[in-house]
Amino acid sequence: MYPEYMSESLEKVTQSRNKRFELAKSGKPIYPPMNAEEREDVLNKFHPDYKVESRRKVRIGPNKGELLTTEVTDMLESHSRITSKLFDLTSPDYETDILIIGGGGAGCAAAIIAQQQGVKSIISTKLRLGDANSMMSQGGMQAAVTPQDPPTKHYLDAIGGGHFDNKPELVRALTEDGPDVAKWLEELGVVWDKADDGTLQVLHGGGTSRKRMLSCRDYTGAIILRTLMDEIRNHPEEITILEFMPIIELLLDHKGQCAGGVLYNLETEEYFTVKAKATMIATGGYGRLHIRGFDTTNHYGATGDGLVMAYKAGAKLMYMDSVQYHPTGSVFPEQIAGFLITEKIRGAGGQPLNKDGEIFVFPREPRDVESSAFIRECLERNNGIQTPSGRVGIWLDSPLIEMLHGEGYINKQFPAMHRQFIRYGIDITQEPMLVYPSLHYQNGGIEINEKTETNIPGLFVAGEASGGVHGRNRLMGNSVLDYNVFGRRTGKYASEYATKAKIGTLSLEHVDKYEKALKDARIKTKRVSPILLPYYTPEDVRKRQLTACYEGTLR
Amino acid sequence: MATKKTAKKKPASPKKKKTKIEAPEEVMATVFIMGKAHKVPADATIMGAIEYAGYQLKRGAGCREGFCGACATVYRLPGDYKIYTGLACTTLVEDRMWLSQLPTFPGQKAIYDIDKIEPSVETIQMLYPEVFRCVACNTCTKACPQDLEVMDYIQAAMRGDIEMVMDLSFDCICCGLCAIRCPAEIVQYNVGLLAKRLYGKYLSPKSKELEKRIREMKRDKYDKEYQELLKTKKKDLKKIYYERDLE
Repeated sequence: MYPEYMSESLEKVTQSRNKRFELAKSGKPIYPPMNAEEREDVLNKFHPDYKVESRRKVRIGPNKGELLTTEVTDMLESHSRITSKLFDLTSPDYETDILIIGGGGAGCAAAIIAQQQGVKSIISTKLRLGDANSMMSQGGMQAAVTPQDPPTKHYLDAIGGGHFDNKPELVRALTEDGPDVAKWLEELGVVWDKADDGTLQVLHGGGTSRKRMLSCRDYTGAIILRTLMDEIRNHPEEITILEFMPIIELLLDHKGQCAGGVLYNLETEEYFTVKAKATMIATGGYGRLHIRGFDTTNHYGATGDGLVMAYKAGAKLMYMDSVQYHPTGSVFPEQIAGFLITEKIRGAGGQPLNKDGEIFVFPREPRDVESSAFIRECLERNNGIQTPSGRVGIWLDSPLIEMLHGEGYINKQFPAMHRQFIRYGIDITQEPMLVYPSLHYQNGGIEINEKTETNIPGLFVAGEASGGVHGRNRLMGNSVLDYNVFGRRTGKYASEYATKAKIGTLSLEHVDKYEKALKDARIKTKRVSPILLPYYTPEDVRKRQLTACYEGTLR
Repeated sequence: MATKKTAKKKPASPKKKKTKIEAPEEVMATVFIMGKAHKVPADATIMGAIEYAGYQLKRGAGCREGFCGACATVYRLPGDYKIYTGLACTTLVEDRMWLSQLPTFPGQKAIYDIDKIEPSVETIQMLYPEVFRCVACNTCTKACPQDLEVMDYIQAAMRGDIEMVMDLSFDCICCGLCAIRCPAEIVQYNVGLLAKRLYGKYLSPKSKELEKRIREMKRDKYDKEYQELLKTKKKDLKKIYYERDLE
């Protein structure tokens, strides 16, 4: 239930709704989209990335001298959890064809493709299999499947949304594989939203010129990932799952090939070594770094572990100065602050409104532009609505969706969103939601090519951990597609690599070298990475804890 | 390591303006986390309370938004014989609540080849015969934190109504609370998952548009267009982008 003082503003939203409904129904533009100059202006002034203090130069490693997101630089400029002396690498504890680091969408897709070619893999995952942002994507997956939407339109939308910084060959791979991914998933048993005659339901997303968002109600990621996980569990002979066993450093061989990694059992606190002919990083993103103090929509495990391991081993990063804030994170009630409110809401006709119930931006700008416009409306124009805990947000008018598509549409298409709010006495079929941008996605990552190869032979990367696919801003529905397209590609190309690879003497020398580089650059820090788990302990409790002297908890 | 910012409860950025609205004073509640008493904010979620008390979760935390099923929790309230269930991330604490998380559940999963089974009651009989032990007690439905009609979909599975199982179990998050309460030892969520896969693969009407597009892609219909776009200079690409028509 919204507090009493918001009723005046809520009333204005209700009052303007009929007029907005008529306009939306007429098919006329409800608000003009921004041109190139307007986009640039709002980004420059209001996007959190464009603040000077949001970036800091990294002093060591492959991207030395580059300005990266401050929290990322902090994470990269930190100590390893181990040194090479701790390990006898002559008799590894596990051996496999492909070591897959991360049990989200990309890792699962890769394991399935590898298994189909008779290639064995180990999936090492920090939490449970499927504990990943992939599980949480709600709105959908882009794929060009309608007659009016050739995949080249998808290409143009994605590259324009990414400010033309995307690696073109990656965008081609992404958009070209889209239809086949849709079919592949269906053959595995994914239940797409469809009309009775089998026509796939397609909706708009931010920055799309055609309706091409496929969905599974608003549990898209959950349906897809659980299907992939179930398939993986049907092949226990070929695919070994190691849960609560994150990799904490990569292994190289004397020729510089990637050759596995060091496992850490989170529960028994033991280390193990894995020798692999090919290695894949599929560790996802970094929302739990809470960049610039923002809440996040991300999974508990999203601490950017793969990024730092790869960096220490010499992998080049790309666009790690670019952070995605999802326009519609929840700000009320406090218990769900930062939670994702799917863009599908706007795709289905939901509108962002200010405190006077007025629409102030085209609802489907690319995410960075839309978010910046929300921040401008709240902070510069002072047209936001304040919450009792001191946050500020704007309305996202969902009842309009029921008017546009008929009663019952929200319950059918947005069961998760409805559930999320009704728990707190807010019925989104009757009342709008209060939203503000929330830290959502790592636009950059480890640089890959269209075969998901990196500059380290034998090291493959796919999904959010990779960089280049989305340029400096990802569009809605392209991450679900990304992890499927590039996860499958890793499955294929890493399998090919693994059948030919000859692994030499294993080494952790790069870890020692990185430590020396820290010292040489006179970087003094207590930080240790990968971070593995965030902590949300209150300060007074933290002070009393055994690990209080560490930066982080070292678990 | 998490930065100090991580530990902060409320971020700085979204609340720049001066607050006119008084924040209500923090009311506390006592909860018994695995039997141990802790004072926590009365409006906290169970997960928030556990972390407030000083635990760093390894098991029992996942997406934190109600999608992953990692944080299944059972609890009792004072003076009440009932066993309650919920997700730690979305359930609020109550004073004197006594709670324990379910770190994992040894749920039976059938191994099968999706290409070699049929969407029929025989498949259910073969892979999950225990479904037919259902005594229709409805405890699973009462235990479901998603408020799904769990018993109804198990009954549908007994009839071989795959579509109904798919529909009713669609929003299942596989938390395991139904299975741990089931006197017939059925693993409902895996039955639901099987039915969804069977429906998606065999029963869902096929999209002709998609088939057509796949055929086009196979004969490289768009190869030329792609090559053109890949050659186009950034400046020209920008022009094409901003001038493209919108559906």
